[in-house]
Amino acid sequence: MLTILFDGFAYGMILFVLACGLSVTLGLMNFINLAHGAFAMAGGYLTVVLMNRFGVSFFLCIPAGFLVSAALGILLERTLYVRLYARSHLDQVLFSIGLVFMAVSGIDYFMGAQQQLITLPPSLQGRVNLFGIQVGVYRLFVIAICLVLALALQLVLTRTRFGSQLRAAVDDARVARGLGINVSLIFTFTFAFGSGLAGLGGVLGAEILGMDPTFPLKFMIYFLVVISVGGTTTLTGPLLASILLGIADVAGKYYVPTVGSFIIYTIMVVVLILRPQGLFGRATTR
Amino acid sequence: MSLLSSYFRPDTATATGTLLAPARWRPLEILFWLVAASLLWLAPSKVLLLNEIAILALFVLSLDLILGYAGIVSLGHGAFLGLGAYVAGLLGKHGFTDPIAGLLVAGAVSGLLGFVTSFLLLRGSDLTKLMVTLGVALILRELANKFSNITGGADGLTGVVIGPVLGLFEFDIFGKTAYAYSLAVLFVLFYVARRLVNSPYGLLLRAIKGNSLRTGAMGVPTNRRLVQIYTIAAIYAGIAGALLAQTSQFVSLDVLDFHRSADALLILVLGGSGHLWGAVIGSIAFKFMYDYLAAITPQYWQFWLGLVLVLIVLFGKGGILGFVQVARDWLAHRLKQGGVP
Repeated sequence: MLTILFDGFAYGMILFVLACGLSVTLGLMNFINLAHGAFAMAGGYLTVVLMNRFGVSFFLCIPAGFLVSAALGILLERTLYVRLYARSHLDQVLFSIGLVFMAVSGIDYFMGAQQQLITLPPSLQGRVNLFGIQVGVYRLFVIAICLVLALALQLVLTRTRFGSQLRAAVDDARVARGLGINVSLIFTFTFAFGSGLAGLGGVLGAEILGMDPTFPLKFMIYFLVVISVGGTTTLTGPLLASILLGIADVAGKYYVPTVGSFIIYTIMVVVLILRPQGLFGRATTR
Repeated sequence: MSLLSSYFRPDTATATGTLLAPARWRPLEILFWLVAASLLWLAPSKVLLLNEIAILALFVLSLDLILGYAGIVSLGHGAFLGLGAYVAGLLGKHGFTDPIAGLLVAGAVSGLLGFVTSFLLLRGSDLTKLMVTLGVALILRELANKFSNITGGADGLTGVVIGPVLGLFEFDIFGKTAYAYSLAVLFVLFYVARRLVNSPYGLLLRAIKGNSLRTGAMGVPTNRRLVQIYTIAAIYAGIAGALLAQTSQFVSLDVLDFHRSADALLILVLGGSGHLWGAVIGSIAFKFMYDYLAAITPQYWQFWLGLVLVLIVLFGKGGILGFVQVARDWLAHRLKQGGVP
């Protein structure tokens, strides 16, 4: 029972890392980026290639996944995404679905359709006894990283100069520009950061979630559920929502396997009926 | 010259003319339906493909009603297609074999689901709408998967028996009856949709799409109108699903897949949304593109699909019809100037 709770918690934390990048682009920049999972897949596949072909240590893959996905984010933001900020949400949805289709086929072409496996370093394998429950070392490691990340992210957004510049740029780009804030640079940086977080989630999730070419489509729904249930105005919302969904999903699959992913979808629809802006979101005028 | 340019834009000089002009059938439109019907005899080897196109066009048409006219974004329109397909398939399996009655029942059931779920769409942002529609479609797919004793689950629903259309025309293996039947249904529903969107009701929908806050302030029951059009679109999609089930005499979980909804969106922007012909032309272009690309790269055709989608969003505003419009305006302008011999 407690083990399930713990596994669900770890699963939820990975969902959080994957989704909080999206909450940065979607919530802060108001861009519906369904291609978020593709950036996560980039991180995941990078790990697979680095570890299995070049024997790079898993610990090095973690920053590498972040940096490469972030670089990819900068590249795409500068060339493509920047043209779509002012467009309708429909255009953004179509554009990013197009990117997902391309990413899925591209990975299929280069890496094949099979599931990719990685072997964790010995120091992360096995289980330890923590307060009387058996917990996986890797899951403990993931939780620790994610908690640190969540805290750091929250501090950056609320306490730093960059955070307030970003919020100003989002609220009114024109006025922010007038105040001497380099809005397009901030947007590029933020997008890259969101993509980097996705890549990081992909690295950490490769072992637990599995990596295959359909990853962006399969998990797109989960990210969006986390974001829409948690609301996008704060980071606490997605954090609590991911934990809730992670536990509900793992417990649901364990106790009532016949119901499957039904639980998650139902939670989402019910939450959205009751609170369209998400459980923890504020109603915005936009 | 002025005669020619007025051919391109008939009767737009007066307000009444502006409102009535799009409602008038153009020669090209009539020609299209005549050609489509004559293909039954001209290209009998292609009728299976043509049947698929007709059904697809009907499905995309229903999405156009809510997206192109009312501005409701949906990622789960496939829910209604799938529900219609299962209803028609189950009716056929359990001895209720009249195709037209099956269509009507499937349309009614899908319409009911559309009516009930439309209330979920009245609040919240575009993202909320996307997620709720997607969620409804996913729940429906899970249900179809779980109740495999009814739906056949992953193996699909087999043993669907469909009687002759109107008691006269048996479905044959070549698909001639199927195409004629689907085309007739498409034509009737296209006609109805055309009347609908060119009526004051249709104009109102476009006003709501433009600014729902303002139409509300003008005293328009905005929410009620959105519920109505969403229900109508669901009926259309349900009928498209029923056609799919009846003409293939098979239903599988595939009808509820996410890619159905995504494809419909893609086809609509490919053809041009907010214009009923966009759905038809988009479906034709999509099917041919699919056949062509799948023949070259069977496994990776999705890549090219994604590329086309990205390019359309970036450069081709309005899809194929938008392009035609630009070309036509340019030509009309040139003719007016007398620059073309």
